[in-house]
Amino acid sequence: MRMRGTTRIGTALLGVVALALTAACSGGGDDESGNEKVTLSYAVWDQNQKPAMESLAAEFTKTHPNIAIDVQLTPWEGYWTKLKAAATGGAAPDVFWMNGPNFQLYASNGVISPNPEQVDTSVYPKALADLYTFEGKSYGLPKDMDTVGVWYNKTLFDAAKVAYPKDDWTWADFQAAAAKLTDPAKGVFGTAAPLSSFQEYQYDTIAQAGGYVISPDGKTSGYADPKTIAGLKFWTDLIAGKQSPDLKTMTDTTPIQLFEAGKVAMYWGGSWNVSEFSGNDYTKGKIDVAPLPRGEKQATIIHGVSNQVGGKSEHSKQAWEFVKFLGSQPAAEILGKTGPIPAYNGTQTAWVAAHPELKLQTFLDEVAYAVPYPVSKNTAAWNEAELTHLTKAWSGEQPVDAAATALAADMNALLAKE
Amino acid sequence: MQRHRVTEALWGYAFIAPTALGLAVFYLWPVLQTAYYSFTEWGAFGGHTWTGTDNYVRLIHDPEVGRALVNTFAYTFLGLLSIPLAIVFAALLNRKMRGVGIYRTFFFLPVVTMPVAVAMVWRWLYNGDYGLINYVLSLVGIDGPNWIADPDTALYALVVIGVWTSVGYNLIIFLAGMQAIPADYYEAAELDGAGPLRQFLRITLPLLSPTAFFVSVVSVIGSLQLFDLVFIIAGSGNAARANPAYPRLETVVQLFYDRAFVTNDRGYGAAIVIMLLLIITVLTALQFRLQRKWVHYA
Repeated sequence: MRMRGTTRIGTALLGVVALALTAACSGGGDDESGNEKVTLSYAVWDQNQKPAMESLAAEFTKTHPNIAIDVQLTPWEGYWTKLKAAATGGAAPDVFWMNGPNFQLYASNGVISPNPEQVDTSVYPKALADLYTFEGKSYGLPKDMDTVGVWYNKTLFDAAKVAYPKDDWTWADFQAAAAKLTDPAKGVFGTAAPLSSFQEYQYDTIAQAGGYVISPDGKTSGYADPKTIAGLKFWTDLIAGKQSPDLKTMTDTTPIQLFEAGKVAMYWGGSWNVSEFSGNDYTKGKIDVAPLPRGEKQATIIHGVSNQVGGKSEHSKQAWEFVKFLGSQPAAEILGKTGPIPAYNGTQTAWVAAHPELKLQTFLDEVAYAVPYPVSKNTAAWNEAELTHLTKAWSGEQPVDAAATALAADMNALLAKE
Repeated sequence: MQRHRVTEALWGYAFIAPTALGLAVFYLWPVLQTAYYSFTEWGAFGGHTWTGTDNYVRLIHDPEVGRALVNTFAYTFLGLLSIPLAIVFAALLNRKMRGVGIYRTFFFLPVVTMPVAVAMVWRWLYNGDYGLINYVLSLVGIDGPNWIADPDTALYALVVIGVWTSVGYNLIIFLAGMQAIPADYYEAAELDGAGPLRQFLRITLPLLSPTAFFVSVVSVIGSLQLFDLVFIIAGSGNAARANPAYPRLETVVQLFYDRAFVTNDRGYGAAIVIMLLLIITVLTALQFRLQRKWVHYA
C-alpha cells in the first residue's frame, strides 16, 4: 500500500514536471515528436526480460533523443491488480505488456487504444495478430510468442528402453510410451496431467481432438461438445491408469518439480521453459523436446505478449512510436538473443541457435498448425468456472462428461452476461 | 470555574485529535465507503451503479459463501483449543526452574516469525510424498494422506498451524495474568491444606478468567478474519481452485479477496466483508453478554 502511494506521488510529480516541460517547450507551436522531451513509462512483469527491455529502450532513445523510457517492473503476481488499480485511477502506464486472456477486457473498456495507423501485421503469426484484434480494430503489436511441446527425459527413456518421440507421433504412441515409462517401484510416472495451466494441457488436447473451448464469435462454450470432452478424457484416463500422479499429489508437488526430480518422464511445457530446464542441474543435458502428439489433428496453443498504448496516455503519439519500434524487426532480433521467441517472422534463428543441444526448431515448426488461445471479454470469469467443475472430474468425484456439461452451462451463462 | 472546565475539555479534545482524525480518515471512512459500495455494482475499471440489495440477495443464494462461512466457523471454533493449551503451558512455565527463559522463548518464537514463512515451512512438512510428517508416519507403517490437498484433512491441518502459532502469544498473556495473582491467596490455601491441583482449579483459573475472556475475544476476531495462512498454503485465484481440498480451505476473507481483486466484482466483495463485519460484531457482543456468567473480577 505504502509502495503504491509513493509510486502514485512519484507519477504525479513526473506528471507535473512533464507538464512544466510541455509548457516551456510548447511556445513554438505543436511540434509533436520534435523538441518536446518526454519520459514514457513502460510496465513489464518479467524480471528475466527486464535487461532486454532496457536495452531496447536505450536503442529507441538513440533514434528518438527526446523520448526517454522508464521500464517499470511489477512481478506477475501483482501485475494485473496494480495495472487495474492504476487504470481505474486514470494513471495507467504509457506503454505496457498485455496478454490474451486480459486483452478484450482492456480493449472494450478503452484502457488501451486501437492503433492510429494501419500496420502490416502479416509479419507476425496470424493467430497472434487475430488475438489482439477487437471489433475489427487491431491494438498494439505482438512482442513475443510461445507454443507448447513435450519435454522428455532421455535418461528415463533409455532406462525403460523406449524410443525417443518422433515428429509425427500420435496420441496412441504417447499413451504407449507413458505406460512403458511408468515405474511404480521407482515412483516414476510416464507423464503428468495437471489442472493448473490449461494452456499446456487441456486447451491443446481439446484442439487435437477436434473440439473447441469457445465458439469463434465468443458467444458459446464448447465444453459440452463430445470432441471437447474427448480432449479432456485424454488426461483423466492417464490419471486413472496411474501414468500420471493424481490431483492431490500434483497439488503438493507441482509436475515441473517432479519432472526436475526425474519422477515424471514427459512434461508438456512451453517454449518459455527453455531457460528453466537448461539452467536446472538435473534436467541440464538430460532432456529434449518433441512436438505435441497428433490426435484427430495436429494442434498446439499459440500465445504471445503484446505491447499496448495506454488509452489515457498523455503522450500517445510517442508511445505509439515506441510500440512500433518494439514490434519491428531490429527490436525482435535484440529480443531473440535472450528469449522469449520474438513474434516477428524470420527473426527467431538467434533464439533457436542459443541452445543447439535442444531441438528448439520444434516450437517454430508447430506455428504452422497452431490454434489461438481461447479468450472472450471476461475470460477470468469462466476460467474460474473451468476449475470449479473440472476439479471434480480430475479428482474422480464426477465423470468427465457430467462435469464438462455442467461447466458448459455455467460458461454459457457467464458469456451471455458479457 | 465553568470556563476552566471548558478550556480543559478543549485541550483534551486537542490531544486526542491526531489519533481520532487518523482513525476517522483511515478506518471509519473506508468502512462507511465499503458499506456504500456493497449496494453497488462495479465496472472492471471503476465507475459504479446503485443496485440496491442485489449483492446481498446474491450472497444469500451463493453456495460458495455458505461453504466459506462453514470453514471459517469451524476454523474459529477449533482454534479456541489454543486457549486451554496456553493456560496449561503458562502454568508449567510459571515457576522457578532451570532454563525457563529458553522455554518461554521457544513458545513465543512462532509469534514473531513471519506468517508467510511459517506457512511455507508447514507446507513442506505436510507434503504427501516428501514431507517430514509422512516420513515419520511411514516409519511406524502408516501411509499418511496429502494433508493439505485431501478434503478430509485440509481444514484440520490448517487448525494445527493456527493453534501452533497462537499458543505462544496467548501463553504470554496468561503468564502475565498469573503473575498478577497475589501470592497471599496461595499461601492461605496452602495453610488450609489445598494441594497444587486444587489451588490451580480454585484460585488460578477463576482469577485468570478476565484474561481468558480477553484472549477468547481477540482470537475469535482474529480467526474469523483468517487469510494469510490460506493464501500461502493454498494460493489464491485459479491456482487455489485447482486444489481438490479448496472447498474445505476457502475462508470468508479469501472469498472476499477473490471477488474484489481477482474477478473484479468489487461491489459483491464489499457485501461479503460487510457480512463478516456484522458477524464479528454479533459474536463479540454475545461474548460480552456471556462473560457475566463465567468471568470473575477479583
